[in-house]
Amino acid sequence: MFNLVKIIKGSKELKIMGNGKIDTGIMLFALSLLILLITVAMPLLMIVYNTFFYKFSFDWSLFIKMVFNPDNLKAILNTIKIAGIVTVIGTIIGIFFSWLIGRSDIPFKESMKSLFVIPYMFPPFIGAMAWELLLAPRAGYLNKFFMGITGGTAPLFNINSIAGIAFVEICYYFPFVFLQVSSALERMDPTLEESARIAGASQFYVIRKITLPLTIPAIGAGALLILISSLSHFGVPAILGWSVNIFTLPTRIYEVIYKSAGSFEGIRQGSALSVLLVGVVVIAILIQKRVLRSGHFEIIHGKSMRPILIKLRKFKYPFLTVCFLFLAFTVLLPLFIIFAVGSLKAYGLPLLFKNMTLGNFIYVLFHCKLAQDAMKNSMFLSISAAIITMFVGTMVAYVVIKVKAKGKLILEALATLPYSIPGIVLAIGVILVWSGKLVLNLYNTLWIILIAYIARYMTFSMKSASASLEQVHDSLEEASRASGATHWGSLADITIPLIRPGMIAGFILIFLPAMRELTTSLLLYGPFTRTMGVAIYSIHEDGNTVESSALACVAIIIITIGLIVLRIITRERKGK
Amino acid sequence: MTSVMLKDVTKTFVTKTFGDVVAVDNVSLNINEGECFSFLGPSGCGKTTTLRLIAGFEDLTEGEIWLGSEPVSIKKKKYYLPPEKRNLGMVFQAFAVWPHINVFENVAFPLRILKMNKTDIAKKVREALKQTKLSGLERKFPNELSGGQQQRIALARSIVTQPKVLLLDEPLSNLDPKLRESMRFEIKDLQKKYNFTIVYVTHDQTEAMALSDRMLVMDMGFVQQIDTTTNIYHKPANKFVFSFIGLSNFISVEISDGKVYPVNCKGENIECEILKSFKDKSAVLASRPNEIDLVSKGGFRTNIKSRVFLGDYVDYRVDIGGQEIRIQTDTDRDFKVGDICGVKFNRLLWYPVEEEITEEEREKRKII
Repeated sequence: MFNLVKIIKGSKELKIMGNGKIDTGIMLFALSLLILLITVAMPLLMIVYNTFFYKFSFDWSLFIKMVFNPDNLKAILNTIKIAGIVTVIGTIIGIFFSWLIGRSDIPFKESMKSLFVIPYMFPPFIGAMAWELLLAPRAGYLNKFFMGITGGTAPLFNINSIAGIAFVEICYYFPFVFLQVSSALERMDPTLEESARIAGASQFYVIRKITLPLTIPAIGAGALLILISSLSHFGVPAILGWSVNIFTLPTRIYEVIYKSAGSFEGIRQGSALSVLLVGVVVIAILIQKRVLRSGHFEIIHGKSMRPILIKLRKFKYPFLTVCFLFLAFTVLLPLFIIFAVGSLKAYGLPLLFKNMTLGNFIYVLFHCKLAQDAMKNSMFLSISAAIITMFVGTMVAYVVIKVKAKGKLILEALATLPYSIPGIVLAIGVILVWSGKLVLNLYNTLWIILIAYIARYMTFSMKSASASLEQVHDSLEEASRASGATHWGSLADITIPLIRPGMIAGFILIFLPAMRELTTSLLLYGPFTRTMGVAIYSIHEDGNTVESSALACVAIIIITIGLIVLRIITRERKGK
Repeated sequence: MTSVMLKDVTKTFVTKTFGDVVAVDNVSLNINEGECFSFLGPSGCGKTTTLRLIAGFEDLTEGEIWLGSEPVSIKKKKYYLPPEKRNLGMVFQAFAVWPHINVFENVAFPLRILKMNKTDIAKKVREALKQTKLSGLERKFPNELSGGQQQRIALARSIVTQPKVLLLDEPLSNLDPKLRESMRFEIKDLQKKYNFTIVYVTHDQTEAMALSDRMLVMDMGFVQQIDTTTNIYHKPANKFVFSFIGLSNFISVEISDGKVYPVNCKGENIECEILKSFKDKSAVLASRPNEIDLVSKGGFRTNIKSRVFLGDYVDYRVDIGGQEIRIQTDTDRDFKVGDICGVKFNRLLWYPVEEEITEEEREKRKII
């Protein structure tokens, strides 16, 4: 604790300020650091320790054994292959649509902009379930339909393959690039493009030589998000690959632990693989950074003018059709099939109205103990994780941005770390810390899942609060203190009310993914602590397709309601 | 020879909140070859839109635009030439220097489009950089340079192909005041050297005065006055132009029995010649603070309300029948606050009483 005080005292900013601020600053800093050390740093340290140390001495034989195990090597290769395909194709699709909406005269822009974000909110593992219903090699509805037409036995497409996994991930990950590039195009100073036009460049020359190169940083950032997400993604390969022995590193980690039935040896092997997975992610980030090293420049300018839109002329409606077909294919079709199968009287019956019933929904909502528990647990976990993380994230952001303590870099690093740590890795770390080996045994309780969620969503909350806090000029709080308010009083009366919309948005941005969380919960759940994601997954793995689809529908409806609330809040904020 | 011609140009924007907004309303003007012509007006007055119509970034709703003897936009014939075919140079307020390529490539960009050979490109770029005092910075990237240097890159890029017409959209307003002044002279020098026509958009009247031969004063999309800089200063066409160019005092007056009284104040009268058209009517008298004198005897008797010493001159406020006016006079006449003095108007301009334009109406027009 002494070092901590030194760190803070060393900060010039604080020396000038009155005593009150130093005390409050130290308190907030210490509290933030403590929470982040416990939730983020400790699990990761435990993983590294258990991988490389055995009975208090250095021993890396386990790690070497795990790396050179042929099954694991294959899993590494699959992971890289899938992430590579997803990143490249997802990026291209994202750029194409963001350009179409940002720079062409295609109609219905505003509605399309929101439609293209839907896949981003769609739980990928539910998407994978839907696509398996459609394109499983023998039983998939689309494949059966196709075989019926051709009369052959060859399926249209086998979703239980590397290509299938990549395809589903692309559908739900391309919005990362779409959102980044769209916002870059919106904020880009249009005169950068106009000055090229006036210099004699044609529209397509401008795209090639000016627009595209200037959006490279945004493209890179989006592509990196896709890459990290795909490398650490668990749900889709678990649903589509498990049954046909296609493993990626995250699913392989789960398999190792699952097979060992939760023994400590299994957990240790899992840790070793986790180190490997984090290593792959870090290398990927480094390569990406190297490739995109050139180009860190400002393209934003305050004066907003409408950019010149390219007239698509005769291509206008064909492109519009492409957009709508793409959305129908990636959003509507999976939604339809999940709802349709969720209402079937029994799996395997043809999708006809007379075979439909509301019975499954009534069953999962009112009669199935497992599903009811799961809904209750998820509600409790999502709301408490969202509230706690929202406040902690805001506190960390406040210390980093407003208090400007010297140790803020450590805080910032710790708070952004969880974003690039795969969920499955985090889960293993949490098990190592909280299963009684160190202090408390929280295994098989909801609390262990809650701790994991807090760590997992810390970055979201911190980023969201930072963005709002940066808008609040320092002088606003200073004016309040000059008027005689204490530091706490100014925080409560000035700063917090000003960033409230950002905090609420942060709350929902945590609540939504937490509601459907699968990866970490899957390793941490106990007999009575299943979450929605786990329930859907395990009912699905037990072969009860109809019930799992019905429960998935419930999850989708809850998420949709949350999204609508989020939209209303953000619209109100824009209105102000 | 005419270099830029606008004939009955109107531009209407369709907006969601306000419906159709007329940003440029029936503007006609001729800009001569080699002339430096400014568009002056408050923000949202339509000056930038007019410039963008000339550049071709917006297509006009009505009218025609000609560059030299070539039409570039004729609404009736549905003729519209895209900006890249208009052979213009243009400099923007936000510099618009491409951050991903170096200074040389920025300036060479228009030449590369013309598919010029390498040696010619290098020669022309070097010449343009020399003219804009950027020699030696070829390999630098824009973010390594200052704002003034970045704007010089933009200037070099716009003159490298030696276009006949240079469009400048508030090119100096992102620079600090000192730099702004020196850049004005540089632009003027460049114009003398290459003899291109300059169309210059600004909201800064000193800048417009310093640079231009003639100017167009705009407000709310309408032409307020097109004239030489001297005429615009000395004979403003209306109250708006008067108040926009330099400091101004307005005194509302009424005329009775051949005498001019401040409105609602039939005490003392203001001694001045009454313009024929205003006999027995209300009017607004306009006067610049430096065209009014304070005298100890005679004049409109009143007392000094405030006095601020500003070095070169003293700034007084006095009351003219309930209306405060500002007087700037040299330091010799040392009146103190409260002193009784006489106000003598050296020059007064007469304007009819107009309805004020509401802020709301102004905001509506500004949307674009």
